[in-house]
Amino acid sequence: MDLIGAYEMSLLTTIAIAIIFALSLNLITGFCGQISLGHAAFYGVGAYITALLGKAGMALGPALFIAALATACAGLAVGIGALRVRDDFLAIMTMGVGFLFTGIVRQQDALGGEVGISAIPDHGLGRAGFMALCLAVAAGLALFSLYIKKSWMGFAFDSIADDEDTARMIGIDASRFKLAAFALGTGFAAIAGGLYTHNVGIINPDSFGFIESITVLAMVVVGGIGSVWGVIGAAIVLSMLPQWFQFIADYKLLLYGALLFAVMRFSPGGFAALIAGAVARLRRGRTVTS
Amino acid sequence: MSTLLDVRDVTVRFGGVTAVENVGFAVQPGELLGLIGPNGAGKTTLMRAITGVVQPQAGAILLDGNDISDLPVHRRVRLGLGLSQQLVRPFASMTLVENVALAAGYGRTDGPLSALAGIGRSRELARARELLDLVGAGGAADAMPDNQPLGFLKRAEVARALALEPKVLLLDEPLAGLNQAEASLFADTIVQLNKEGLTVVLIEHNLGEVMRICSRLVVVDNGRKLSEGAPRKVMAEPAVRAAYLGVEAGDAAA
Repeated sequence: MDLIGAYEMSLLTTIAIAIIFALSLNLITGFCGQISLGHAAFYGVGAYITALLGKAGMALGPALFIAALATACAGLAVGIGALRVRDDFLAIMTMGVGFLFTGIVRQQDALGGEVGISAIPDHGLGRAGFMALCLAVAAGLALFSLYIKKSWMGFAFDSIADDEDTARMIGIDASRFKLAAFALGTGFAAIAGGLYTHNVGIINPDSFGFIESITVLAMVVVGGIGSVWGVIGAAIVLSMLPQWFQFIADYKLLLYGALLFAVMRFSPGGFAALIAGAVARLRRGRTVTS
Repeated sequence: MSTLLDVRDVTVRFGGVTAVENVGFAVQPGELLGLIGPNGAGKTTLMRAITGVVQPQAGAILLDGNDISDLPVHRRVRLGLGLSQQLVRPFASMTLVENVALAAGYGRTDGPLSALAGIGRSRELARARELLDLVGAGGAADAMPDNQPLGFLKRAEVARALALEPKVLLLDEPLAGLNQAEASLFADTIVQLNKEGLTVVLIEHNLGEVMRICSRLVVVDNGRKLSEGAPRKVMAEPAVRAAYLGVEAGDAAA
């Protein structure tokens, strides 16, 4: 692993975690059409569980697994509460869940309160090993996402994202499918959170607040809601930019806000739709000229 | 013969307004029943109570002898109710053939886990093409719904309901928006499906086609059942004539 230096490794690790986090939201918002403005809460739940289990001496693998399972249960609980709520109301409700999470964590001494948790034991994989793990999980989730899109689950998700009531009319239990999306999406968010914990070594409530929820939503929306490649691309670009340019890190919220606004206004399908449109125009142009 | 669909004394109120009051009728296997009545009579509300979109305040719905009154929409559909709605609602992100194929694959979307295990859609897509051909919308199979004329969307909606292989097909104004030639052709398709053994409940304003194809009529007006029986006999009743002529006179004046 002499090919790349420590800086590149840390950058790739950060990018891989961003991809996992963005793809986890894409399962809920992209595939199933359920807007979430509080996804960072589940990222946070996963991060805190992994940190606590790590401090208790558990190895990274089992800790991540338990964090994913426990967070998926939390996601399921929120999902059940949100079943009757749709669209903009769901967005507001999930935003509430996000604030609830940071609000509770800040008050808990056992979770380190405002200071958070530090001195998390090392995962023992080494820098390169940990990067490889993050990249492998990201690749695995990307493949899983592509598989879902091809499966009948993805087909049913499409119908629910389009029109939930009509989906029921063709025998699809929209509630159960939505809950499945919530459980999967929040479970993978927890894995992203757990990996983040070990990547930075210290966590506090500020890392899992509203800004983080908006950041990940921006990745999904800018990339193209539901497009696996689009979301991966947006996660790469949007997680790299602040690392390279300090002024972008300083104006992160401004940039993401502007991007969200511009995409929703001019290309609601995100960059994935822009590229698909451009390719279609090119092909048409070619058939006309040939 | 045992009753296939039994609607028993259904009452639906929205706030203080009673949309359907104590309406009951029975559908026998193989029947092509017309459910008719003037605008606002409560036909669509009744249809929605049968499918479970609306929960009635009183009454019961039995399908094949089983009480389905407390079941959610998707369970009723899986037990054999197919509905084609008055206002077409295609899934906008899918082509028409995909719309129908998703319904044709209802056996694979029973639950999230089994759906996740299922891959490959060619059999359902082929079946969907057959059904679209059957209803006369085969030409638009690969088109997206947003740029299709209403006639094709209506047919695709019926094809989607047929794909569920229902025991009873509920059709809410399938002919509305079609011209007379199209309507007549499509009514023939409905008759053909019925002859092949499909039980159909047809809500329709096109009285000419209803009189032509239905074997029995149920007439509702102001949320109540006005009459029931053979089409000619029913339409000869003074109360039915009054309900209809009143409306038609109103239409003529408008």
